[in-house]
Amino acid sequence: MKVRAQFAFVFNLDKCIGCHTCSVTCKNVWTNRKGVEYAWFNNVESKPGIGYPKNWADQKQWKGGWELKGGKLELKSGDRKSKLLNIFANPDMPEIDDYYEPFTYNYAHLQNAPLLEATPTARPQSQITGETMEKIHWGPNWEDDLAGEYSKRSKDVDMDGIQKEMYSQFENTFHMYLPRICNHCLNPACVAACPSGSIYKREEDGIVLVDQDKCRGWRMCISSCPYKKVFYNWESGKAEKCIGCYPRVESGMPTVCSESCVGRIRYNGIMLYDADKIETLASTQNEQDLYEAQCNIFLDPNDPKVIEAARAEGINEDWIIAAQKSPIYKMAIDWKIAFPMHPEFRTLPMVWYVPPLSPVQSQIDQGNLPVGPDGAIPLAGTMRTPIQYLANLLTAGKTAPVESALNRLIAMRSYQRSVHVEGIADTRALDAAGITEDQAKEMYRYLAIANYEDRFVIPTGHEEVRLEDFYAFQGQNGFTFGNDSSAGISKTSLFPERRKETVEVCVIQPLSKLK
Amino acid sequence: MFDLHTFLYGVFPYIATIVFLLGSWIRFDHEQYTWKSDSSQLLSRQNMRLMSNLFHVGILGIFFGHIAGMVMPHGLWVGLGISDLAHQWIAILAGLAFGGAVVAGGAMLWHRRMFNPRVRAASRWMDINILGWLVITACFGLLTVPFSIGHASHGDVTTMLVLGEWIRSILILQPEPELIRNVGTVYKVHVFFGMSVFLFFPFTRLVHVWSAPIPYLFRAYQVVRTKRSL
Repeated sequence: MKVRAQFAFVFNLDKCIGCHTCSVTCKNVWTNRKGVEYAWFNNVESKPGIGYPKNWADQKQWKGGWELKGGKLELKSGDRKSKLLNIFANPDMPEIDDYYEPFTYNYAHLQNAPLLEATPTARPQSQITGETMEKIHWGPNWEDDLAGEYSKRSKDVDMDGIQKEMYSQFENTFHMYLPRICNHCLNPACVAACPSGSIYKREEDGIVLVDQDKCRGWRMCISSCPYKKVFYNWESGKAEKCIGCYPRVESGMPTVCSESCVGRIRYNGIMLYDADKIETLASTQNEQDLYEAQCNIFLDPNDPKVIEAARAEGINEDWIIAAQKSPIYKMAIDWKIAFPMHPEFRTLPMVWYVPPLSPVQSQIDQGNLPVGPDGAIPLAGTMRTPIQYLANLLTAGKTAPVESALNRLIAMRSYQRSVHVEGIADTRALDAAGITEDQAKEMYRYLAIANYEDRFVIPTGHEEVRLEDFYAFQGQNGFTFGNDSSAGISKTSLFPERRKETVEVCVIQPLSKLK
Repeated sequence: MFDLHTFLYGVFPYIATIVFLLGSWIRFDHEQYTWKSDSSQLLSRQNMRLMSNLFHVGILGIFFGHIAGMVMPHGLWVGLGISDLAHQWIAILAGLAFGGAVVAGGAMLWHRRMFNPRVRAASRWMDINILGWLVITACFGLLTVPFSIGHASHGDVTTMLVLGEWIRSILILQPEPELIRNVGTVYKVHVFFGMSVFLFFPFTRLVHVWSAPIPYLFRAYQVVRTKRSL
């Protein structure tokens, strides 16, 4: 057993209102620069829809993630040799139009225009060429709130195995939001595909970063990430991705997307897992077993053996406490209401999602929906969003775990309704869903109230332990010259005084080599 | 007698080499953030597989071909039983094939760089120049082919031999520019352009050549770094 800590997320889709505050704050903080105008480390998609970039989840097109080749885990886009053979032109590389051509508007014209008969307009301008664009054809959120033709939107791969025709009718249509960031996977395909070895996972918190000095722009990570969350900065020629807001996280603050979330749907916390199991579990034969397999990689932070092993790995005491109080562990493991997105990509993603309920109030009011024993809250299977759709998104198509989660969310409501409306605790729904009264109360606190302290349990990075002169580091918030895995001090340099580049402190031998 | 010829083929090779090596080192040491292939595939991928592969495969073939034919000691090939004439014919054919690929691929890439509005907007002055320079160098290389065929068909291999000898004289730090004083102008121009590529190298995207990711073949897939000093 090799215990590692992972900074992980849960997004409660049940409460996402699609306001894009997360996207905008992230954009303003991290990608408001030349070359990444088109890049959204955080974006919110309207589902069903093909998303951003177009059709990203269809690995028949993009060949992202992993697959089993003869029972062995291999990058779907091909092994190391094929990477080098395709290095001059990556055949799976998206083009800017697969995202969208970034644009701004010629606002100055509104003030500078001469006297006109018509009101002057601010026409769109490409942020790549600077030319005026005749028409904007696509954007980062083109399908917002089910915009566009159903025939195009329903190309969404999660609609596979679902009667599309039926859901094209207005009465049957359904809709949900899907906020997406880098999943900071346990078995990242971007890291594996990087020919220069510049992408790495941090041992301390599992955040996946691109060493900007070491990146050579071979762009294999862009296509190998099945979530299309590594972006190519066309100005700097380097790969850039969500950095898990590590300068904030190291100081014990939530990521900026999580902090700014007005719906309070985002949870940040620590998970302990067994790094020795990564390869075995990611190689699980049946795709539909991958969700359960990933649950098995996590370690119980209250188990004395785990605590002892964690201490032996040098994991700080307050990280162990944080893991014990982790909202992620509660939702993913204790309550089983959160799921990894597209586990079939075999990257073991660490942003998990609570599936959304989707009742239609007027249907309930008219008594059109079958309800549970409380006589008020409809059953999971009668919700508007087909369970199969959620299962395609979250459990490689296996409906049972998703249905169970929805039933638990419903039971928690039914119980709370009985307490607050009827004045007597009715636990029939809880019993049916297999949760206790205490759990239901705790779920209510975490999901409905969602206190700041419950949502964000983030231990600090303990720079004071690592750095000799930590006062000099104060205020730098984890930023150094170059990449963050170093204090920016190097032993050999042509011009030691003003060197900008940084050296790696230490590269740990990866697991597969140790075995 | 010290004249322009002596300078270009006796001194200039060393200027180019020093700038090439020292410049690369300084840039790697000081400005590693700028060390990259600078791909523009994101902005336009149309025909990139054809153009870029032609260009890169061609230029790699040419590079290793020159090393094999002109830098490796002459005795090696003689020892292997390859006559000078056969050597020259191999050089002509390989040069034609790989040089043709460079010119074809490079010309298409240059056209794309100049006339694709997105790629042009993202191009720096040096990106356009170095690509053009490489294509011109390869064109002069191709222009030498008819002359070489002329020599070879008369069984004359002296030009090839003296060029190889001259290159080796440069590399062992005993420059003998006089060796190639009388070779055809087209060869000399080609050599000058070729040496200039090394001179420009550290100031362009060509630095990515140093970083050819061969170690990737032997690396484990996952990379984990720690901040702790172990």
